Amino acid sequence: MPAPIRLRELIRTIRTARTQAEEREMIQKECAAIRSSFREEDNTYRCRNVAKLLYMHMLGYPAHFGQLECLKLIASQKFTDKRIGYLGAMLLLDERQDVHLLMTNCIKNDLNHSTQYVQGLALCTLGCMGSSEMCRDLAGEVEKLLKTSNSYLRKKAALCAVHVIRKVPELMEMFLPATKNLLSEKNHGVLHTSVVLLTEMCERSPDMLAHFRKLVPQLVRILKNLIMSGYSPEHDVSGISDPFLQVRILRLLRILGKGDDDSSEAMNDILAQVATNTETSKNVGNAILYETVLTIMDIKSESGLRVLAINILGRFLLNNDKNIRYVALTSLLKTVQTDHNAVQRHRSTIVDCLKDLDVSIKRRAMELSFALVNGNNIRGMMKELLYFLDSCDPEFKADCASGVFLAAEKYAPSKRWHIDTIMRVLTTAGSYVRDDSVPNLIQLITNSVEMHAYTVQRLYKALLDDISQQPLVQVASWCIGEYGDLLISGQCEEEEPIQVTEDEVLDVLEGLLVSNLSSPVTRGYSLTAIMKLSTRFSSVNRIKKVVSIYGSSIDVELQQRAVEYNALFKKYDHMRPALLERMPIMEKTASNGPTEIVQTNGEAEPSVVEPKHPPPVGQPASQGNDLLDLLGGNDVPVIPTTMPTKPASAGGELLDLLGDLSLGGPAPAPPAPASQPPFLLDGLSSQPLFNDIAAAGIPPMTAYNKNGLKIDFTFERANPNPNVAVITIHASNSTEADMTDFVFQAAVPKTFQLQLLSPSSNVVPALNQGTVTQVIRVLNQQKQQLRMRIKLTYIHKGSAVQDLAEVNNFPPQSWQ
Amino acid sequence: MMRFLLLFSRQGKLRLQKWFTPITEREKKKIIRDMTTLVLARQPRSCNFLQWKDLKIIYKRYASLYFCLAVENQENELLALEVIHRYVELLDKYFGNVCELDIIFNFEKAYFILDEFLMGGEIQETSKQMVNRSIEASDMLQEVRCTGTNAHPDLNHTRSIVISHVVFICLFAGVGILKRLGFWCFTKQ
Repeated sequence: MPAPIRLRELIRTIRTARTQAEEREMIQKECAAIRSSFREEDNTYRCRNVAKLLYMHMLGYPAHFGQLECLKLIASQKFTDKRIGYLGAMLLLDERQDVHLLMTNCIKNDLNHSTQYVQGLALCTLGCMGSSEMCRDLAGEVEKLLKTSNSYLRKKAALCAVHVIRKVPELMEMFLPATKNLLSEKNHGVLHTSVVLLTEMCERSPDMLAHFRKLVPQLVRILKNLIMSGYSPEHDVSGISDPFLQVRILRLLRILGKGDDDSSEAMNDILAQVATNTETSKNVGNAILYETVLTIMDIKSESGLRVLAINILGRFLLNNDKNIRYVALTSLLKTVQTDHNAVQRHRSTIVDCLKDLDVSIKRRAMELSFALVNGNNIRGMMKELLYFLDSCDPEFKADCASGVFLAAEKYAPSKRWHIDTIMRVLTTAGSYVRDDSVPNLIQLITNSVEMHAYTVQRLYKALLDDISQQPLVQVASWCIGEYGDLLISGQCEEEEPIQVTEDEVLDVLEGLLVSNLSSPVTRGYSLTAIMKLSTRFSSVNRIKKVVSIYGSSIDVELQQRAVEYNALFKKYDHMRPALLERMPIMEKTASNGPTEIVQTNGEAEPSVVEPKHPPPVGQPASQGNDLLDLLGGNDVPVIPTTMPTKPASAGGELLDLLGDLSLGGPAPAPPAPASQPPFLLDGLSSQPLFNDIAAAGIPPMTAYNKNGLKIDFTFERANPNPNVAVITIHASNSTEADMTDFVFQAAVPKTFQLQLLSPSSNVVPALNQGTVTQVIRVLNQQKQQLRMRIKLTYIHKGSAVQDLAEVNNFPPQSWQ
Repeated sequence: MMRFLLLFSRQGKLRLQKWFTPITEREKKKIIRDMTTLVLARQPRSCNFLQWKDLKIIYKRYASLYFCLAVENQENELLALEVIHRYVELLDKYFGNVCELDIIFNFEKAYFILDEFLMGGEIQETSKQMVNRSIEASDMLQEVRCTGTNAHPDLNHTRSIVISHVVFICLFAGVGILKRLGFWCFTKQ
C-alpha cells in the first residue's frame, strides 16, 4: 500500500482541475483512498489523511467520516497529531454530534499535560466548541488553570471560562474567587482576557456587577498607565499602547458606571483625558475615541463631558474616512433621543451625508434625518428628504416614503403642504409606498375639506401624466369619483383652475379600466369612481354604458361590481343619489395614531353631514336588504336637515326605520341647520369607538319599572368630547307576553341636546328573554343636572299602552 | 463577541472559515453564500461596514483576499478593523510577505495562528511578539516530537527557521570572535 499523497500534493493536484466535475472526481478518488486508510487503522498517516480531509471539507465536500479519526488523533501522544486532531474537532465536530462527548476525557487529560502547548490546545478547543455537558465536566479544571502563574495558560483559561459561563451561566459563581487578583497581572494578554471575563460576568449578573464596582479605581489606574506610559514595542500600534486593551477597559467601565453616580464620578477624569489626548490621525485612535464616546454617553457623566462627546462625533462626521462617518452616524442615532438639541446642531452635516455615494452611510443618514425632524425644521428637512427620495436606490424608497408620511403627519405646517408632500411622494416613489398608505391618504384628504378642489385638480393632472404608479392612481380615481363635480366646476382657490369637461374625466377613468398598467384593485377603484360620478355628472348614459359593458368582464370583482351597479341603475334608481352621496369625514383608525392627529389636521367640520356610506373598496350594497342592514345597523344620526330627502326613498322598510328615528326626540330641539353643533360631529367621528369608551365607573340605574317593563340606563363617556354622555337603555319585559311595536322617546330640558339612535328592535321579548337596547347621546355643555322625560308606547296583549315618566335619579357622575 | 471570520478570494472561493458559535452545516453554507455575495458586490471605495440581520459585518480587502468578520451589535467596528489588520500582520510575519497561495497551501498554519490570536470570539493576546513566539515554539515541538522517518510536509518550513536561527547564531558568534581577535590585534599594536 503506497503512502498516501501529501497534503501539498493533493492541494496542487486539485487546483489543476479545470472543471467542477474534474475536481469532484479527484476528490472522490482521494476520499476513497482516505476511507480505506482509516479502515486499516493506519497510525502513521492518519494525521496526513485528516489534514487532507479538512482541506476537502473547506472546498465544500462532506467530511463527517473523519470525525472519529480526529478523536483518535487527539488521543495520540504526538504533538503533530494532537494539533491536527484538535483542529479537525473544531472544524468538523460541534455539540450537535454525540461523538463530541468522547472528547471530554481526552481534553481532561490534556488539560493536565506537562507541556503547556498541549494544555493550550485543549483549552482552545474547549473554549471554541465545548458543549454545555463538556463545560460542566471540565469547569473545575479550567478554574484550576485560571489560578496558575503561567500567563500563557492563564489567559487561555480566562477565555475558556468566558465560554463556560456563556454555555452554563450557573457556573459563574465558581470562577469568582479566581478573579480576585486577575487585574494585578502585568501581562497584557492575561489583563485583556481578564477584563473580558469580568465584562461577561457583569453583563450576566447584577450581583456580580455590584461586586465588581470596587474595581473601578484599579481599572482607571491601568488605563492611565497605558496612556501615560512611553513607547512599548510589544504593544504599540501606530503610536498607541495596546488599543485593544484600552477599548476593552473602556467597555467594562461603561458597564460599571451605568446608573451609578460614584463610579461615573471616578471615571470622569480619565475619560476626559482619553478623549482629549488620543491621536486621531489613524484608525486606532478613532477606535478608542469612539469607545470613549459610547462610554461617556452611557454613564452618568457631567454635562461638559457629554458636550465633549457630541463634539467628537461632530468632528467624526466631517472626517474624510467613510468608516468614521458611518460610525458617527450610528452613534448619533443612539444619542438623538437623549441629547436631541446637541445633535440638532449637526443637522446640516447629517443632511449632507444623504448625498454620500456610500450605501451604508446613506441609510444611516436617512434614519438619523427622520429622527431629527421636528416642527421647526420640517419644511427644510422635507425638501432634502424628498430630493433624496427622488434620487435614491429602490431599496431605500419604501422606508423613506413611510418615514416621510409619518413625519408629515406629525409636523405638517399646513394642510396644503401636507397634501403637496404626499402627492410628491406618490408621484416619485409611488410604486414603493406601503399598501396602507392609500386608505390613510384618502382619510387625510377627506379631512381637509377646503382642499378638496385643489387636491382633485392636482391628482387629475398627475393622472394625465402617468398612470403606472398604482397607489397614486387609486387615490386619484377615488378623489375624482368623490369630488368630480368640483373638478368640473373649475373652482379652485389654491391654484389656477383647469377647464375639464365631463367627457374628458370619463375618458381618463375609462382609460384606467382598459390600461394594462392597472392592477385589478385599481380597476375596481376606477369603476366605482365612474359610478359615483353618475350622481355628480349629467352624462349618465355614458356611465350606464360603461357599467353595463363590464357586467361581462372576466375579472370577477369587476363583474360583480358592474352587475351591482347595473342593478342600481335599473331597479334601485331611487336609492342611487342617497347611496352615492359624498362621504363623511372618516376618523383615523386607532392603529395609526391617536385622535389628536385629526385635530392637527384641522377642524373636523365636514361641509355636509351624510348618512354613512360603505367605504369605496368594499362591496357596494345594491341589494335592497343589504342597504337596509347598513342603514339600520349603523348608528346613523339623521339630522332633520336631510329629512326632505326622505320622501325620495320609497322603500317601505326604509321609511319605517327613518320614522323610528325621527320619533326619537320630539321635544329636544333638533340642532339648528345653520350651525352644526359640535357634538353631532363628535358623534360621527367617534362612533366605532363606542366600545372603547371608558365607562369611567358610572353606575347603571333603573329609569323605569312598571307593569313588567323595566328600563335600565348604563352610562359611558363619549370620547373625545367629555361633555357628551352616552346612555344605553336596556328594556326588558318580565311579563308572559311580548311587547311589540315598542317605541322609546326621550325629552330633555332646553340646556341639553339629545340624540337618539336607532333601537336594536321594537319587540321586547317576554319573560326577560332578551332586551331592546337603544343609545342616547346627551350633550351637557353647561354641566347641569340631567333630567329626562321619557315616553313609552308599545302593544301588549293586544292593547296599546302609553306611558310617560320622569327620570331624575341620574347619578352625579353622568352629568358632571 | 465575534461570531465568525471568513476569508475568500475575489472569485468567492473560501480559504478559511472560523465559527465561534455552533451552526449547522447548511446554515454555514448559506451564510458563506450570503457573505460572498454581499461583500463582493460592494463598490471599491465604500465604507467597510454593513449591517446583516442582527450582526455587523466588517470586511477588508487585502490584495486578492477578502477578510470578513461578523460581530455582535455592541462591538466596536473600528476596532474590528484593527483585529483584521493584526491577523494579517501575524500571517505576514510568519510566512514572510504572505500571499493568497501561502494561505491555500498552509491553511492549517493559518488556523493555528488564528487560534493563538483569537479564542471563543474574543482576542486572546494583544502582543504580536507573544503570538509569534507561541507559534514558533509549537512548531518546534512538532519538529522535536516527530519520529524522524516520515518527512512531514510542513517540516521544511520549521526546518528552515531552525537552520536560519542556527546559522545566525554561528555568524554572530563568529563575528564576536573576529571582533575580539581584531581588538587584540589592535591593542597589540
